[in-house]
Amino acid sequence: MTLASHFSYWVTVLLLMVGLFIVMTRENLVKKLIGLGIFQTAVYLLYVAPGKLVGGVAPIIGGEFAVYSNPLPHVLILTAIVVGVATLALGLALVVRIKEAYGTIDEDEILLMDARDDTSPESEAKDG
Amino acid sequence: MLTQHFPALLVVVPLMAAPLIVFARRSLASWLIALLATAVTFGIAASLLAQTLSDGTISYAMGSWEAPLGIEYRIDAAGAFVAVIVAAMGLIVMPYSRVGIATEVRSEEHYLYYALMMLCLAGLLGILVTGDAFNLFVFLEVSSLATYVLIAMGRDRRALVAAYQYLLMGTIGATLYVIGVGLLYLETGTLNLADMTTRLVEVGDSRGVLAALAFITVGISLKIALFPLHLWLPNAYAYAPSPVSAFLAATATKVSIYVLMRYFFTIFGSTEVFDARATGTILLGLSLAAMFVPAVVAIFQHDMKRLLAYSSVSQIGYITLGISLDSVEGLMASAMHLFNHALTKGGLFLVLGGVVLRCGGAGFDRLAGLGQTMPVAAFAMVVGGLSLIGVPGTAGFISKWYLVSAAMHEGQWWLVGAVLASSLLAVIYVWRFVEVAYFRAPPADHPAPGEAPLSMLLPALAMIAGCVYFGIDATWSSEVAMRVAEVLMYNPGVGQ
Repeated sequence: MTLASHFSYWVTVLLLMVGLFIVMTRENLVKKLIGLGIFQTAVYLLYVAPGKLVGGVAPIIGGEFAVYSNPLPHVLILTAIVVGVATLALGLALVVRIKEAYGTIDEDEILLMDARDDTSPESEAKDG
Repeated sequence: MLTQHFPALLVVVPLMAAPLIVFARRSLASWLIALLATAVTFGIAASLLAQTLSDGTISYAMGSWEAPLGIEYRIDAAGAFVAVIVAAMGLIVMPYSRVGIATEVRSEEHYLYYALMMLCLAGLLGILVTGDAFNLFVFLEVSSLATYVLIAMGRDRRALVAAYQYLLMGTIGATLYVIGVGLLYLETGTLNLADMTTRLVEVGDSRGVLAALAFITVGISLKIALFPLHLWLPNAYAYAPSPVSAFLAATATKVSIYVLMRYFFTIFGSTEVFDARATGTILLGLSLAAMFVPAVVAIFQHDMKRLLAYSSVSQIGYITLGISLDSVEGLMASAMHLFNHALTKGGLFLVLGGVVLRCGGAGFDRLAGLGQTMPVAAFAMVVGGLSLIGVPGTAGFISKWYLVSAAMHEGQWWLVGAVLASSLLAVIYVWRFVEVAYFRAPPADHPAPGEAPLSMLLPALAMIAGCVYFGIDATWSSEVAMRVAEVLMYNPGVGQ
């Protein structure tokens, strides 16, 4: 087990950690979503990389092909990419609405404004 | 025969209802479609439960592609039991929603509300019926994405932030689950859950399987809101529209608990999960922490919706406590509490929805004097509260009783004291409501609001009455829960 033989795993773990770190430490809501995107993308690599064999081809039944790559992980990740896009789109849509309602996309400022709302009895409705 | 396709129709009916509703657009038309779809879905779920109880596991090859090549839908008594809870909750929430969302969701968004409820229902039922690990992830995300939007529909702007936070946490949880599934796929070469079960035995002890177990456990625990991964839950329940809070409290976390049970007892097997490592001890510790810490936090809330949300986190602790005992009795207690708590907390949130409609909020300053202004609702809240505490004669008592006897069966006598002490904390937070509703004068600016409309009051009262009914006659629920525990533990479906 050398660094090179498990290269894709090392990259996967690195990207997972980078993504999670951004989600945890950034206060900007858009940057958090970027971190989440990196976190999800790392998983695509975890699935896709082991499916590829060196010298493997697409699974075509025929005399001249002997080594096949597994196509299933790719198909799975196609689905996961769709899910990831939907999540990111929804997250960004929420950020737009938050910006409209609060006037900021900084988490600390939003939490501060919420804390102020909690102390005053009448909290303002978001659309009135 | 149509009955043969019931496992697929369970998901397809609500899934197809969603685009129909979007085309219908008009609030009344979309409500009628949603009502019809939930009624049909409930009928299918009930028939599947009856079928699985008498004949055992039902396997359905999606698109006639035989497992393990195709995606298999596989439902047994355990899945069908939770499916009935979910579908019944959908059927109760739908008639309620017509008036229930009138003030809480903007009128031009009503059709979207119904469409999203259908998607959420389809996703949750899909999780229960699918026999494929990756398909489960897709349904998890279908239901989660719908849930995020439903929460964001709340009037208060904090609903947006709550939905955003839930989106972050939920996506991290689902992604951790996918990592776990990926590792299992690398070890076993299959995604079919039944196939995976048999091949995991051949793989034996490996670091990959251990890592998969860890990733799946943490990922699903985020979705369960198991302490200390519950931070998304209180705000999400507090700021979502009331029918959404009720529906989620009764279903979303419960379905995730089912997934955890499935992975622990059926797929990895209790020897791998509990006997070989300290999973049981860790889960026991977290469950105990969940029973106490959020219950104490609930006592200090000033908003009834938030109080109930923290109480939910606390009650989830009882359910996972039963899982951590690693015995049929413990699992049975968990299944019982899953059902009883869905009934209780769903009912409480529904009653509270009517109160919010009339009083304009769930803060304790708005609820003061509720015993005079809305006597029926206040009384229903107290009955539901008694069930949360676990007073004899309510559903909460039955499941706590089974939980305590399961603990004694394992020789863990001290757990009896823990359950009792945690129930005392529940007494305090329920008393907070009683004190506000019965011993304070109604706010001066607050004309007598009168009871909630009948379309809201009746579904709510039906669920509260259910708490009492299943507290007195628990024959049906305990028999089914026992079957559920046996199915999960002894796994008779595999190899058939």
